[in-house]
Amino acid sequence: MIADVDAPALSQSPLLPAHLALGARMVPFAGWNMPVQYAGISAEHLAVRSSCGIFDISHMGEFFVSGPDATAWLDSLLTNRAASLNPGQGQYTLLLNEKGGVIDDLIAYRLDHDQWFLVVNAGRLDEDRTWFSQHATPGVSFTDDSPAWAAMAIQGPLAPQVFHAITDGTASLPPRNGIAKLSLNGTTCIVCRTGYTGEDGFEFFTPAADGPAWFQKAVAAGATPCGLGARDTLRLEMGYPLNGNDLSYDRSPLEAGLGFFVALDKGPFTGRDTLLAQKASGLPSRLTAIRMAPGAPPPRAHYPVFHNDTPVGELSSGGISPSLSAGIAMAYLPPALATPGTQLEIEIRGRKWPAESVKKPFYRKPPSD
Amino acid sequence: MPAPANARFAASHEWILSGTADATVGISDHAQKELGDVVYIELPKVGRKVAAKEAIAVIESVKAASDIYAPVAGTITAINDAVAADSSLVNSDPYGNGWLFTIQPDSPADTDALMPEAAYLASLES
Repeated sequence: MIADVDAPALSQSPLLPAHLALGARMVPFAGWNMPVQYAGISAEHLAVRSSCGIFDISHMGEFFVSGPDATAWLDSLLTNRAASLNPGQGQYTLLLNEKGGVIDDLIAYRLDHDQWFLVVNAGRLDEDRTWFSQHATPGVSFTDDSPAWAAMAIQGPLAPQVFHAITDGTASLPPRNGIAKLSLNGTTCIVCRTGYTGEDGFEFFTPAADGPAWFQKAVAAGATPCGLGARDTLRLEMGYPLNGNDLSYDRSPLEAGLGFFVALDKGPFTGRDTLLAQKASGLPSRLTAIRMAPGAPPPRAHYPVFHNDTPVGELSSGGISPSLSAGIAMAYLPPALATPGTQLEIEIRGRKWPAESVKKPFYRKPPSD
Repeated sequence: MPAPANARFAASHEWILSGTADATVGISDHAQKELGDVVYIELPKVGRKVAAKEAIAVIESVKAASDIYAPVAGTITAINDAVAADSSLVNSDPYGNGWLFTIQPDSPADTDALMPEAAYLASLES
């Protein structure tokens, strides 16, 4: 019942020794050998929601962009308004192709007036680097510095305490979406107050060789080691898109519901003409949040979606939400069907199961005291 | 976690008890560990006649859906309603409360031809 996979040569995370010491189950992901779970996906998921978890994100790419024209150059290639950021601030943004489809979603941080730090997805790293390199221009220096860095995401309501513990109280977390360069143990590290879980937390970038020690220090400070399995269920509960599943070369960020991160009025950028046309004539589809009725099997990517017995699309992501104990999924559907309360059916192994469109996010944090 | 002494194993990771008319079937401790948290189970209908190695049930973990195969040919005589309601029993007690269904083998010799636990565990090493 369990197939063995002949995996091609995989990239190894600098944190591999820490994963093996912690008994991680390793799987191939986007060309990397990465931990999918340690103790169990549900327990890891719930640890992030209630206390704190740590994820290896060393497979993600780290780019540096600098020079007097760096900000204008990024504003010509990315959807969000880079020029609106002050040094120390970051923003979620998208890199589009000429027809307005998504190459990658990323976070761009303004490290200094003329210096930027970009964190991109592993699965699109090579394409991103190629795209940026092909669009090179005098006055802008672009560097892919990914191999030099170990990266970890420390997420959950107790993440600030873990940060305090691992930095021995010598450093402060930047504000939400902020970035700071830290001098720690004689090396330069980068901390960003961002994440992919819907919880407070930070992403921490250290010299690759120092990564395992930092990871273990965070675990000793109370962070539960978490794999890609929990990372996926946490982001899905928030309705955050996963590139390759919920974002694609053929769908615009407007269709993905990411219009908040698209500054159409900032001036020309790659893909803008398509987005303006969609804005004028209406979106061809909308990424819709879908919740299964109780008792259904887990919804999964590529399952067909029906409305009144008519096929209307397929799921782009899906799974059982550990926080809600319910099946949740996303699909690109005709915009009218994205209205919350619309009745749908998901076909699973030949049988149709009831579901409905709901509002994002699937999961909302209970109000704290 | 050790299996009952009369458990016999299929290479596809199901176990079946030998020496009983209605033979209990489940998945191995190794398989439940490999799957991780089980979140959904689909069981066959009672009375269904099944062929050996036929896919007759589905176990879904957080990450994937996996087929469960009939370890021998026979007729399904009962299913475990408790495990259908609480699929985590497969993880917590794979050789006990996490059993899946019982089958009346067409030929008891088919069960005895499967692997004892020691041979099954050795097969995992190779």
